[in-house]
Amino acid sequence: MAGPMKMRAVASGGVVDIRVLMTHPMETGLRKDSDGNVVPEHFIQNITVKLNGRTMVEGQISQAISRNPVFSFRLKSGNKGDKIEVSWLDNKGESNSTQGVVD
Amino acid sequence: MIGRKLQAIGAGSAELRATPSRRRSLLQAGLGLTVARAAGLAGSLAGLLGAPLAAFAAWNKEAFRAKSVADALKGIGAAALSPTKDLAIDAPEIAENGAVVPIEITSTIASTRSLSVLAEKNPFPLVAKFDFTDGALPYVKLNLKLSETADVRVIAEADGRNYTAAQNVKVTIGGCGG
Repeated sequence: MAGPMKMRAVASGGVVDIRVLMTHPMETGLRKDSDGNVVPEHFIQNITVKLNGRTMVEGQISQAISRNPVFSFRLKSGNKGDKIEVSWLDNKGESNSTQGVVD
Repeated sequence: MIGRKLQAIGAGSAELRATPSRRRSLLQAGLGLTVARAAGLAGSLAGLLGAPLAAFAAWNKEAFRAKSVADALKGIGAAALSPTKDLAIDAPEIAENGAVVPIEITSTIASTRSLSVLAEKNPFPLVAKFDFTDGALPYVKLNLKLSETADVRVIAEADGRNYTAAQNVKVTIGGCGG
């Protein structure tokens, strides 16, 4: 089950600053648990950022992104009230997304 | 036949109307999803089989599984690199915690279409690749894991050319393993 996602988008001087927090273990597959068993890979692979339904950023990431990823993006323009959506898909086919408006 | 297989994994009419090559890639994605469905992830998958399948491009396995910087660069199509001063990398000189190293990247190269980040001494050097449409600035801030002291290298692709800059980050406690 995908954990909570938080996002804040603020317009300042035309540019929209987006900060998004994702909940995800981002397991590298190199770590061993307390019993000495290797914890299998489990990490976000794809990210999409949309403004009013249009894709702005498409990201592909590896297991080397930190646990509970935090990203910042910037859009060239945007206004208060514009809709932002950030989504992710992981290597197990799990996904999550969050929607918000620009402050 | 592909249509019936798509129906078996619960594809909607939109997927069935897709062109043959699209149906094949949907089917390949669906086979992976079928296994996950058995593990009880139907909720997120149901949403996934709607529009979102089309929203996520296939993960660049060749580049992300590459074990050398050279192979990773090949995987993202960045063979020839031109050093540039127009790629700003804000990274700590010394990482307090190799598991969470904040990196902020800003490109001022005109028409930058993508930014790729590599941690040169990580077991798999390629860490991320971001593609920007016209509406986005070529900018990203992220946290990455560094296995040991190494250069964090950024590649910016603009107008078919690849530019690069790097920043060395010292690590006292490595970030990849237990």
